[in-house]
Amino acid sequence: MAADSASALVCIIILCSLCFQKTKALLIHPNTLFLNLTELTDQQKEFQELARKFSREEIVPAAPSYDKSGEYPFPLIKRAWELGLINGHIPEDCGGMGLGIFDSCLITEELAFGCTGVQTAIEANSLGQMPVIIAGNDAQKKKYLGRMAEEPLMCAYCVTEPGAGSDVAGIKTRAVKKGDEYVINGQKMWITNGGKANWYFLLACTDPDPKCPTSRAFTGFIVEADTPGVQPGRKELNMGQRCSDTRGITFEDVRIPKENVLIGEGTGFKIAMGAFDKTRPPVAAGATGLAQRALEEATKYALERKTFGKFIAEHQAVSFLLAEMAMKVELARMAYQRAAWEVDQGRRNTYYASIAKAFAGDIANQCATDAVQIFGGNGFNSEYPVEKLMRDAKIYQIYEGTAQIQRLIISREHLGKFKQ
Amino acid sequence: MHRSSEVKHVASYLNTRGCECFGQPCESHCPVLTDRTIHVQLKTFIKIRVKPDRTGVVTDGVKHSMNPFCEIAVEEAIKLKEKKLVKEVVAVSCGPQQVQETIRTALAMGADRGIHVEVSGKDYETLGPLQVSKIFAALAKKEQADLIILGKQAIDDDCNQTGQITAALLDWPQGTFASEMTLEADKLKVVREVDGGLETIKINLPAVVTADLRLNTPRYATLPNIMKAKKKKIANVKPADLGVDVCSRLEVLKVDEPPQRQAGVKVETVDDLVGKLKEAGRV
Repeated sequence: MAADSASALVCIIILCSLCFQKTKALLIHPNTLFLNLTELTDQQKEFQELARKFSREEIVPAAPSYDKSGEYPFPLIKRAWELGLINGHIPEDCGGMGLGIFDSCLITEELAFGCTGVQTAIEANSLGQMPVIIAGNDAQKKKYLGRMAEEPLMCAYCVTEPGAGSDVAGIKTRAVKKGDEYVINGQKMWITNGGKANWYFLLACTDPDPKCPTSRAFTGFIVEADTPGVQPGRKELNMGQRCSDTRGITFEDVRIPKENVLIGEGTGFKIAMGAFDKTRPPVAAGATGLAQRALEEATKYALERKTFGKFIAEHQAVSFLLAEMAMKVELARMAYQRAAWEVDQGRRNTYYASIAKAFAGDIANQCATDAVQIFGGNGFNSEYPVEKLMRDAKIYQIYEGTAQIQRLIISREHLGKFKQ
Repeated sequence: MHRSSEVKHVASYLNTRGCECFGQPCESHCPVLTDRTIHVQLKTFIKIRVKPDRTGVVTDGVKHSMNPFCEIAVEEAIKLKEKKLVKEVVAVSCGPQQVQETIRTALAMGADRGIHVEVSGKDYETLGPLQVSKIFAALAKKEQADLIILGKQAIDDDCNQTGQITAALLDWPQGTFASEMTLEADKLKVVREVDGGLETIKINLPAVVTADLRLNTPRYATLPNIMKAKKKKIANVKPADLGVDVCSRLEVLKVDEPPQRQAGVKVETVDDLVGKLKEAGRV
């Protein structure tokens, strides 16, 4: 009897190890460290509380009129700057607070709840600064980041062109070295803060030879906005986030000193892409803030509006809509928090950042649409807040990497892990 | 006793109690969402429930934050410091561990240091204005405060007593319901909001002032100040250390919800109305 059970035991053990061998191939996740789900620290809670208070008391009431007029919300941005809510990423030795991406995302979500137009204007600052933060030398950092901490200035990220958005390698803006300067010629398009920026991060082609690989053909520059030859175009009238300043910019024989090159000639592409890993989580956080707003507005309305003798929230069709919105918001939040946490740990987070941005952008649109649906006829009307959410949400599937590009990145990362 | 003419300490008593607004909109620390239209005037309410044993209200899970009148008091103290009329602002609060968050908020607004008087459990449930005033009076003597600023009342219990009792215990002058206060050498000019209008008084220091709504608009704590506040000290003190007995002299017999509002009755004529009033014994 004992021998039988012993041999049975041996069999079981072998079986297990065989199974383990098989499942090992499926454990493609190189990183099995799960993020330790602890509460926010007291400081994080206070940051969030401050951003929430500011957003709900100052941004929410002002947002509808900025949306109607399209006026740049400078008073709000200035106030946010005074409270220390923007420029969080600027390192401490340049006068900033050196916040991690996670903390910045907490703040971003709260601001976006108020108005994503205002939040995008603020976020464009982070995007423009990020290449300098990750690739600038000490002099460049002190000069261009330092001034952002001293005054409420804006900056912009100039990469997209009329003919090249997703295909960054297809940009045609030329930078030619002449002595100690580079001469820039070309056109950029859809530049957030284009007309309000004090300086730009610019990506230009320094080696047009088709044989030159993408990784060596582009250079990143810091361009002062008042350099002769920089011509911002008219403010574009967009579908949503209308108070954000979006313009085309023409560069005509713009001379940039070589001191303003980031790292060195040919390194631009990597810098431009590297910035995204840090700015995609905040964009996802912004989309989540919008979705949260949609959920809250819809819930409140559903608990006030009656039809067929009861509150519409008591009709399952509506409560199910709300449930699905809640699911999406919670998951989007967890996604951006994971992406932000990963990069704060010093790890490459491209996979998580793309997932977060793609998912949050999609659900923001779905939640905004569902919110309008719950409001019914009122939702279609400009006197109620949800139609603005629907118009504002669309851009989250387009900027900072379209929904399709995100899927390209995710599939590439996923298959890459699988093949290892 | 000798006191230098320079005001040394301003202590602000902070009330951290539940946001127990009894169904009324509590605008200061509940998120408020307003919209331009009449239809969707949205305010969030925290539903307050009476405990099943009817000894009080449910406080578990209810968000607690700084009493709005106390925020105004802290703001006034910090303003005085910014004008260089006072040297140090000390924020004080009595209660359990979570009260430290409130003190941190005051530090983030600009107070220099905090004192947490630990009162928890059963003692905290029965803590009322008399005990707090005793604690406060003892602390004021210990810290040699020259000016005490508090909120005029807590929005949960609406007692409106602590400031007045504290002043009496210390035998200090008091300027309550202050909508304006000006420090002039060692005298304090206080404009008080009273039923008949505004009353201006001049009181000697040391004094107690209670802040009313229109005294100022409290500032936000900025992000850098929140980070700096972490380095500021919060001292821990027990009531016993101050020689104060927090035993309550009051016993709550019961707490009930307000009676449900009855539906009204419409009548056709004035005679009917008079008839109904007579029936109800009202006339």
